[in-house]
Amino acid sequence: MALVDRIGTSLERTPGGGIILTSVDALVDWSRGQSLWAMPMGTACCAMEFIAASFSKFDYDRLGTFPRPDPRHCDVMVLAGTITEKMKPAIQRLWDQMPEPKWAIAMGNCTVSGGIFYYDSYSVVRGADEFIPVDVYIAGCPPRPESLIDAVMQLRELVHEESIAPGKRRERNTKLPRSKAEANERMEAMRTPESDGPHAPAKVVNKEFPSDVIADEGGEV
Amino acid sequence: MTLEIESKEATHDTDGLPVEELVVNIGPSHPSTHGVGRVVVHLDGEVMTHVEPIVGYLHRGIEKMSENRTYLQVVPLTDRLDYVGSMYANWAYCRAVERLAGISVPERAEYLRVIVCELQRIASHMMALGSAAGDTGAATMFIYTFDERERIIEAFEELCGSRLTYNYVRPGGVSFDVPEGWLDNVLAFCAAHRDKLTEMDKLFFGNVIAKGRLKGIGVLSAEDAVAWGASGPVARGSGVNWDLRKHDTYSVYPRFDFDVPTGSNGDAYDRGRVRLFECYESCRIIEQAISQMTEGPVKTPLPRLLRPAPGEAYSHIESARGSLGVYVVSDGTPRPYRMHVRSPAFCNLALLKILAPGHMLADLVAVMGSLDPVFGEVDR
Repeated sequence: MALVDRIGTSLERTPGGGIILTSVDALVDWSRGQSLWAMPMGTACCAMEFIAASFSKFDYDRLGTFPRPDPRHCDVMVLAGTITEKMKPAIQRLWDQMPEPKWAIAMGNCTVSGGIFYYDSYSVVRGADEFIPVDVYIAGCPPRPESLIDAVMQLRELVHEESIAPGKRRERNTKLPRSKAEANERMEAMRTPESDGPHAPAKVVNKEFPSDVIADEGGEV
Repeated sequence: MTLEIESKEATHDTDGLPVEELVVNIGPSHPSTHGVGRVVVHLDGEVMTHVEPIVGYLHRGIEKMSENRTYLQVVPLTDRLDYVGSMYANWAYCRAVERLAGISVPERAEYLRVIVCELQRIASHMMALGSAAGDTGAATMFIYTFDERERIIEAFEELCGSRLTYNYVRPGGVSFDVPEGWLDNVLAFCAAHRDKLTEMDKLFFGNVIAKGRLKGIGVLSAEDAVAWGASGPVARGSGVNWDLRKHDTYSVYPRFDFDVPTGSNGDAYDRGRVRLFECYESCRIIEQAISQMTEGPVKTPLPRLLRPAPGEAYSHIESARGSLGVYVVSDGTPRPYRMHVRSPAFCNLALLKILAPGHMLADLVAVMGSLDPVFGEVDR
């Protein structure tokens, strides 16, 4: 990563380097966009549609997207399914273990906003973007496999827009921890009550239903 | 309860060599734990000595959420319980509510419930067999079974517009009657599915590698199966002839002629094979149901807001994983006072503790695959 950064900086300073830079950009973006290996973070129902997308009928291997359940090998994390407070540190750790450059797809309403569990649930994280920078959101409960394929196509467009020139890469708060101590520190920070970790007191969004639903007693379903 | 995750002091074996108990953590993100299962395994060499399944990574508080919903609004939540077999949770909950409020169901609706649930059973067993086979190395089998599952999902999509979360079975009936030609498609599927099942039986269960990987692994005695509250294919694989469709019959099941396949050895192989034979029986039930069906309404008209009299009701049905029970308590208000789910997957997963020790670490996935847990239902 750092090497690519330095190439970009030195190329920009060289006379005529801009032409080379854009050519290198095109090559790098093309190669990155064509093989976005997916880390299947399948926690709940959406994982079924994720599996369906990778099998015979939909087969997103055609796009170079291959499910590989190993964070070290993957470019894009597909967050498929409800994220609970107990699961959050594990997902954070897996995200930290993925090498740069990396992207994230939030698949399904649960990872977009908490979905059906937004109200009343005391244990569900309201959206994956509370702790992971998400690039593409897919709505649906669960979304169809075609939606996931569309999301991969959209993500590819995003990847193609990126440049290795300094200051042009999109900012992400996804720096890898440099030491084990730093990684542990980060995990501990998630566990303290202040940071809304898994042992924090339950935060219940207790919202009443609209009164007209309750009042409407007549009629048939 | 404290969990031992630190290794113990090194001891010496009979040859005087130092041996150390190794503790391995598997999950909660592991492709072979079927979701977000976590297992802490104590190893002596490569042999498991103690296995501790840890649950709760998908605890979404569905039971508590139900107390803030009206009776009809809970039905979509039950879809998310067992996301491989949503129809079952729908039906178990609706039966409990029907019992509580004294709602009668039209006959055609009962037949439609049987048809969709038997289709769901095939879809769920296809997923269970495929993922268990994939975990033990037979990835081809997973593609075959998933192809069959995809056909059922397409049929469900045609029926109720959704691929996974159907919300089809409602209190008082089902949401829609079948579209034109749907039943013929289902009959054609059943006819083709039988041949596929025979092919899968040869492909996987006749394979010498599968036999080597699964036979004699995770042997569950019939006594243990009953004592630990196992149900469904896990109990039947051990020879316990217990099927709620036959032995505590409900709906229109007494009108059908079908068998309950049971295993004899209680190992992972038998549990898998019982699932395969259940798919044949499901095809038989679907064909009989379609031939017996008559025209009629599919839904009892209900008030928009159910207010059952104070009381309680329990209903259990035979889901793809076993005896799925729903317990609903009413205090006379439009919302349930309490909704509890007796999850077969949870009880079956608890067996991991007695089935896995004594085997190699690599056999853990075979045992876990044969128990077929779905963590939406385990953690609720």
